[in-house]
Amino acid sequence: MPDIQLPPPEELAKVSFQPRPQGWMDPQVEFRPGTWSYAGKPKALETVGMPNPREWSPTDADWKLPANWKEVILQGLRERLDKYRSLKVFLDICVRCGACADKCHFFIGSGDPKNMPVLRAELLRSVYRNDFTLAGKLLGQMVGARELTMDVVKEWFYYFYQCTECRRCSVFCPYGIDQAELTMLGRELLNLVGININWVMEPVAKCYMTGNHMGIPPHALKDNLEFFADDIENITGIRVDIPINKKGADVLFVIPSGDVMADPGIYTLMGYMMVLHESGLNYTWSTYASEGGNFGLFTSHEMIKRLNAKIYAEARRLGVKWILGGECGHMWRVLHQYMDTLNGPADFLEVPVSPITGTRFEHARSTKMIHIAEFTADLIYHGKLKLDPSRNNAYKVTFHDSCNPARSMGLFEEPRYILRNVCNHFYEMPENTIREQTFCCGGGAGLGNDENMEMRMRGGLPRGNAVRFVHERYGVNLLTAMCAIDRAVLTTLMEYWVPEVKVSGLHELVGNALVMTGEKERELNLRSEPLNEGGEETSD
Amino acid sequence: MPKVVLAGIEMETDEDGFITDPSLWNEAVAADLAKTEHVEVMTEAHWKVVNMIRNYYLEFGVAPMIRKLCKETGFKLKEIYDLFPSGPAKGACKVAGLPKPTGCV
Repeated sequence: MPDIQLPPPEELAKVSFQPRPQGWMDPQVEFRPGTWSYAGKPKALETVGMPNPREWSPTDADWKLPANWKEVILQGLRERLDKYRSLKVFLDICVRCGACADKCHFFIGSGDPKNMPVLRAELLRSVYRNDFTLAGKLLGQMVGARELTMDVVKEWFYYFYQCTECRRCSVFCPYGIDQAELTMLGRELLNLVGININWVMEPVAKCYMTGNHMGIPPHALKDNLEFFADDIENITGIRVDIPINKKGADVLFVIPSGDVMADPGIYTLMGYMMVLHESGLNYTWSTYASEGGNFGLFTSHEMIKRLNAKIYAEARRLGVKWILGGECGHMWRVLHQYMDTLNGPADFLEVPVSPITGTRFEHARSTKMIHIAEFTADLIYHGKLKLDPSRNNAYKVTFHDSCNPARSMGLFEEPRYILRNVCNHFYEMPENTIREQTFCCGGGAGLGNDENMEMRMRGGLPRGNAVRFVHERYGVNLLTAMCAIDRAVLTTLMEYWVPEVKVSGLHELVGNALVMTGEKERELNLRSEPLNEGGEETSD
Repeated sequence: MPKVVLAGIEMETDEDGFITDPSLWNEAVAADLAKTEHVEVMTEAHWKVVNMIRNYYLEFGVAPMIRKLCKETGFKLKEIYDLFPSGPAKGACKVAGLPKPTGCV
């Protein structure tokens, strides 16, 4: 394990907002253990043909960059300013009003001024000003222009990997500056000279080679799905179908691969299998499009496109009509906002129509892909699923809006509609911590690794605080989220900040409540624990 | 890349001590890796966990999910943590010579 001493929660919660004596233009960064991520391994970079594969560490004095690193980065910035109008606008338009300053979970949890979104962006903007604006060229430091030095590069690395691209700050920006795009561009520029982190590059390389982040080959995927079917049969008495790579299926189902491997995501996957079986949808899993998640989003636009291409390609190969996606977070930013531009148009697919209810999902007429929460909410709305919410009575549930389903696609109502139908005890966290104002888990965008644990706990402080509030007020003991990264990192976050609260996905609770045709008397929940251990429902 | 000597063989590991070439693994290497995980003596129970992980990895090219590990060895998760204090994914997989799990885990 990394040699990191995590302070106790009561210590970490004492955040100092005293800025350093040096001004913000001083780029010096201290790579303190627990606040940064390991460098990308050369093998991973070689797998996908990315520049400058080598052994290095952020704590090294020499980062082993190519001799012309400065030229490469500035040329990269020049090309992207020409290509992305949004980048130029975001760099020019900010008036430093500070509306975003205290909205970032990393600023709230660390007190580091450079984690104010405005100042994090200024780290890039100052270089832009120096090399690309007349005022900067003439007046230099007086107008906040800085030369791109090696220390500035190190500072970019430190702070662009202390942003989870969650976009909470953008909700409050009067100009609508998308800070996630600035972080994405900052990381993309660093990647031009081989600066990146392994928690992103390893999943990128595995996704490129096997189709998914976890590196699950086809026979292992099949083995795991059969294992889940065995568990479901043991719990319900029903053997669910496992259609894999089925040509002629109506629908291709794409999920985050974390749900095939990791607790507690696997119980959500069992929930998907049960709902899809019970609904009678003619669908298929794919061993090729075996990942909806896309760590290209944390690497470069080119990598997003390369890793995403398999989804439409597989839909075409199998001859499906439309695509259904599982409970992944960041994949929905890619699928909802980039996919049809990068790899479309998907004119060989049809506008999604649920064959069970006849509902036409008009909003997905461009991407041809809908979220399983939309599919399931529609089934419930039309009375197509029989549900017994009392089977979730052991849980007092609150719902964490995952950044991307919330702020990138506005998926607020469907999960709440489902929760109100599948459990009897659902409580909202305070309104400035949910829906479009939701607070990040602190571990998205590739930051969910162990060596970065102190920053994860700091970034997750506002979320932990809101969960503690509903735990103390209502006795909430389950935090439900529609994201595989959430299910992994919120589990650790809760152990630290609110240990009484466990984590689940949405469809785990659906699977618990779902009354399947011909099922046996349920005694176990999807975790194979006695149903509602702890007694009958208590009144509110 | 850090280098360590395990069972008399010099080999590369990652920052957290996972060996980078799984083909160099043998039981003596496992016993030395175990010491880095605060497991001084590999008991029969330790081997049961490590062998299941190792054999699954050789057959399927990926670590087994924890639930499967528990089911096949008959150990509860807590018992696996008792055997390997940093848990099945990080402790037991390291001793079994697997690469460190990454991504949405």
